[in-house]
Amino acid sequence: MKWNIPVAVSAAMLWLALVLAVAILADVLRPFGITALDLRARLTPPVGFGGGWAHALGTDELGRDVLSRLLVSIQMSLRIAFGATVIAAVFGTFMGFIAAHFRGWAEQIVLMLVDFQASMPFLILALSVLAFFGNSLLLFTCLLGLYGWERYARIARGLAIAANAQGYAAAIRQLGAQPMRIYLGHVLPNIASTLIVSATLSFPEVVLLESGLSFLGLGVQPPMTSLGNMVGYGREYLTRAPWILLTPSVVIVLTTLAVSLLGDWLRDRLDPTLR
Amino acid sequence: MSLLRLDAVARTYPGERRLFAKAASVRAVDGVSLTVEAGSTLGIVGESGCGKSTLGRLMLGLEPPSEGQVEFDGAAMPAPGTDAWRKLRARMQLVFQDPLGALDRRLTVARQIAEPLVIHGIGDAAARRARVAQLLTDVGLGEDLAARHPHALSGGQRQRAVLARALATDPALLVCDEPVSALDVSIQAQVVNMLVDLQQARGIAMVFISHDLKVVRQVSDSVAVMYLGRIVEQGAADWVLAAPLHPYTRALVSAVPTPGRIARERIVLTGDPPNPAARPSGCAFHPRCPVAVPVCAQQTPPLRAMADGRSVACHLAHPNLDRAA
Repeated sequence: MKWNIPVAVSAAMLWLALVLAVAILADVLRPFGITALDLRARLTPPVGFGGGWAHALGTDELGRDVLSRLLVSIQMSLRIAFGATVIAAVFGTFMGFIAAHFRGWAEQIVLMLVDFQASMPFLILALSVLAFFGNSLLLFTCLLGLYGWERYARIARGLAIAANAQGYAAAIRQLGAQPMRIYLGHVLPNIASTLIVSATLSFPEVVLLESGLSFLGLGVQPPMTSLGNMVGYGREYLTRAPWILLTPSVVIVLTTLAVSLLGDWLRDRLDPTLR
Repeated sequence: MSLLRLDAVARTYPGERRLFAKAASVRAVDGVSLTVEAGSTLGIVGESGCGKSTLGRLMLGLEPPSEGQVEFDGAAMPAPGTDAWRKLRARMQLVFQDPLGALDRRLTVARQIAEPLVIHGIGDAAARRARVAQLLTDVGLGEDLAARHPHALSGGQRQRAVLARALATDPALLVCDEPVSALDVSIQAQVVNMLVDLQQARGIAMVFISHDLKVVRQVSDSVAVMYLGRIVEQGAADWVLAAPLHPYTRALVSAVPTPGRIARERIVLTGDPPNPAARPSGCAFHPRCPVAVPVCAQQTPPLRAMADGRSVACHLAHPNLDRAA
């Protein structure tokens, strides 16, 4: 099998590998603690803009090292976004299969939930849940996991019904296979490429949503830090110290772009008929 | 005892629901009784939409009948999805019209053929490998094709792979639903011949659903002709297709082109193809029948046995009886 990887995709892979490595090794890599204040070096610009190597990406208004905070933010944001995407994909696919297998009233209930989720502005839902139940990292991740599950449910249900009606799933069923075998062994691998593409489309959205909620002060709370949290608190210094806000912004843009590029390419690779 | 017995089996589907009108239900199969003996072949012919495929699915128990009963090997067919039903799949198999759709395109041919063995827990890994190799040889597929994916096979090869999968558990009954109609004419003959050889070698009972009378005549011992969900003529294949009694069978047979012979008289059916949701009164065929008489529009002719052993549902085939009635 030949793997002709386009340049853009290799770049995306490289970037994601780097981000992933940072996410894993953030605590080792960071030169300072994220709450370590250095009040004499407040708002130091990055290297090349008048700053020194002591704080390569400059410092913020309290003299905290931006590079260290950025590394830990990447770790936090990625953890939340990855967890939320996995929760949404697993839950949505499961619900879709339930609907396709049982049909009837079970399907009606799932579809009702899907419509409810799709018609509800998610930001408002998230705001009210966080306002009522307070904020914890676990709750926040699970809440973001609700985002976009209805898309997986719709895809899984539609494709499973089609496969059950006349395709390979009907053939496997009449061979005498148990439902578990049909759905996990045959339907899931066959629709995985579609689900993965859907996941790569919603992963950037979850990153942006996390950033948005943290920016509004409802997501990750200080002293913890995330990419959105950094953008939110750096906003006030946009004119005097733009690096506080720009560095996490650039990371958000590059990461979401890389995931999208990789997803597009993966869709083509995962289809055996296109090989 | 017959291997498969259908007793007045009917299958009704709910029709389109309209505003202010009761939903008309469609009787896809309507009161069909027939038997399939072990090792024999029953051909089922009829035009598109006459209920052939539904009948095939009822025979396999893939759908429960709305009325009547299906018996396999002397016992009632279990409900679809139950454990008993799943277990019975090893003894009856379906060969599909569209082999590409019936195969999982992510798996290799060898793994798909082994799948029924895995599902029914037959043999260990080594025994399964040997069985798959044997099946591939039986259906005329080379060993080198075992590692291929379905999309890398030709149409005929795919159908052979589907057949090998169906034969993996040594079933007693094989229902072939238009197994060759998607194939080239040249490949059709090969696949049909192979099917007949395998069936005879293994003593499998076969139900061969097709609209191709020539193929049906070649493979079948007996034939049932369906029109709008009912059997209109049934009997030994050579008799029914050589000397048809029902006007519909006559029209079907006359439409088969015969090489070397200059056009016989051809019966061309007029009128609309039948709509199963709006069944004509009396004999369902009477609006298109060239020899219909007034009684045809009023009374439904029952399927009655003739002196030569076949059954026909036509008033004109039983003139004495109906005149008395």
